[in-house]
Amino acid sequence: MAVDINLNLCYNIVKYITNNIMEAIMELEKVLNLIDGELLIGNIKRSMNTAFSSDLMSDVLAFVEEDTVLITGLINNQVIRTAEMLDLKAIIFVRGKVPAEDVIKMAEIKDITLLRTKFTLFETSGILYKNGLGALKIYHE
Amino acid sequence: MNNLITDDDRIIMRYEVAMNDFTRIGEASSKIKRILRQLNIDNSRIRRVAIAAYEAEVNVAIHSLGGYIEVVVVEDEINIKVRDKGPGIEDTDLAMKKGYSTASDKVRELGFGAGMGLPNMKKCSDEFTIESVYGEYTELNMKFF
Repeated sequence: MAVDINLNLCYNIVKYITNNIMEAIMELEKVLNLIDGELLIGNIKRSMNTAFSSDLMSDVLAFVEEDTVLITGLINNQVIRTAEMLDLKAIIFVRGKVPAEDVIKMAEIKDITLLRTKFTLFETSGILYKNGLGALKIYHE
Repeated sequence: MNNLITDDDRIIMRYEVAMNDFTRIGEASSKIKRILRQLNIDNSRIRRVAIAAYEAEVNVAIHSLGGYIEVVVVEDEINIKVRDKGPGIEDTDLAMKKGYSTASDKVRELGFGAGMGLPNMKKCSDEFTIESVYGEYTELNMKFF
């Protein structure tokens, strides 16, 4: 019985380390499979290790300080502009939303990969976090 | 229209920003970013300049009657001046407070208006000043070393 408990504990420690400390590097191809998504444009051979979910571009601009996957339900061209200014390489649109052609075209020109999924912002974030994609560390003053 | 002036020791870029032209917001900042890349300025500084310019561009487009963004690169210093044609800010201290915003619902739908713009510009720049005469204009000056 004690052995069982210890094994379980070991399993949880390993899981915690892989989820939170090692920040598994994940290819967008794997991301696409996990969220049962569709590739709208761009390269899926890119690797990411964190993601940031928000519908508020003001916050994305204020808090994101490294390359990360942006997960959002907003589909206007300012999402692409925001990603461009921050040098972000990938965006996932949630809740089944599809941006307009000109928005996709802008992403293509800026070399930003666009994915979409039918899942909600919460589910998409949860699936990817559970599978090892890390959270962006946000530092408040 | 030629927005780029170069002489011996400095490069000047100037872009007009129209009022309420939501689809074109970001075009000026995008051009500024591209030119700074060509000047071989380090990426982290380009990123700070791009974020600040974009936040400023959003502000001019959504809050003002129109204005311009001027970027001057002199030796190792980048200066951005943003000036609009009004209506000016009544209380600039209040405008600088995180979370304070007067943005419309339309602007919030675009993903802006969280009251983070001005504080973020201050954070991104090495020097930041804001000057406004209510009923006349607002002018921002930012320096990046």
